Amino acid sequence: MTEGQVHSPLCLRTFALGVGRGDTVLARDIALSVPAGSGLLLRGPNGAGKSTLLLTLAGLLEPLEGSVVLEGHDEDFGPAFHHCGHRNAIRPRLTAVETLEFWCGINGNAAMPVAEALDRVGLGRQAKLDAAYLSAGQQRRLALARLLVSARPVWLLDEPTSALDTEGQKLLAGLIGDHLAAGGIAVIASHDAIAVGGLGVFTLEAGA
Amino acid sequence: MSGFLSVLSREIRLSLRGGGEILTLVLFFVIVGAVVPFAVGPDKALLARIAPGIVWIAAFLAMLLGLEKLFGPDRADGTLALYRLADIPLSAVVAAKVMAHWLTAALPLILASPALALLLAMDGETFWRTVLSLLLGTPALAGFGAIGAAVTVATRRGSLLAPILIAPLSVPVLIFGVGAISASGGPDQAQAAALLLAALSLMVVVLSPFAAALAIDWGED
Repeated sequence: MTEGQVHSPLCLRTFALGVGRGDTVLARDIALSVPAGSGLLLRGPNGAGKSTLLLTLAGLLEPLEGSVVLEGHDEDFGPAFHHCGHRNAIRPRLTAVETLEFWCGINGNAAMPVAEALDRVGLGRQAKLDAAYLSAGQQRRLALARLLVSARPVWLLDEPTSALDTEGQKLLAGLIGDHLAAGGIAVIASHDAIAVGGLGVFTLEAGA
Repeated sequence: MSGFLSVLSREIRLSLRGGGEILTLVLFFVIVGAVVPFAVGPDKALLARIAPGIVWIAAFLAMLLGLEKLFGPDRADGTLALYRLADIPLSAVVAAKVMAHWLTAALPLILASPALALLLAMDGETFWRTVLSLLLGTPALAGFGAIGAAVTVATRRGSLLAPILIAPLSVPVLIFGVGAISASGGPDQAQAAALLLAALSLMVVVLSPFAAALAIDWGED
């Protein structure tokens, strides 16, 4: 089995998808097709529905119209989506290691040892530190480490660069690049440039 | 199973490191019981007679205090949304939380009940029956509490609403809990009440994770 076949051939598609909150439709007729090994950058002004679209793709919100399909995903593999939102889901009084071990425990599919994931995101020295003492950028790095400890084919990242320094942004681009190279899919909502080659761009219009 | 244990150990760790969260509950439990003698007067016979009811009321109120930390902080920091994407069902997460809630909000009260027994002039036999009745009945309170906390988690000021919602549900627990202690109706009746209390607890503990998970799913949409 080669590296590219770690995930079965996948494709994330949406059909005439309409997303919104409550009865308010923010965007409609979204037709995406993101095959394995490629990423999509969501652009659009504030309030255009980028976060709502990501939540709908993840299945955390019901689509108002149309549907989201992940083709070629083996159900036995477990849940397909990693969602990394504005809130980092980090709780004071737990150390960085405990936080990651917890996420690895409930998300399953352990892919990388916790210590290695912390080293990868540059938190090796803060492993035993109470997560509340981490800076905003470090907390964001810890949230990104969550994506590494459990393998899932689709990453949905909402403003992943917020609070990250330039080193962190390079790190993020490296993580996304590796994920895509391993046959994963990434959908990223961001206003910043993400230094990953071959990202498609999808722009949401305001007030559509 | 490892996911279930992960949630359980996380909840227990958070409670133990919570800067006296458990101690606050225990003190509240003892103080509620301790103020009653001041309110009803120092009649020892009367106190001994109403002691089972006081212990149950104190336990009920103390467990309500612990409810707001059940789902509220998880929703605020985004953990709750990620639970819905986890590899274990949301109901399993809730089940682990119910168990952790019982371990951190009910078990310490039961361990502290000798203090109340002393303050309320309980005799030895009544005390042991009180401990048994609390052990049998508090799991039901934990389960009902999880339902109340789940229904109100998306509501502002939900932590005030939850006790109002679950108080009517908890009435049978109080009735049979006290019934299992006081031997006024003869020993057979106390035993019947204890059995019914155990049945109630089993039922609530089994069903409440599903009900609470459903409530969270609907509330988050």
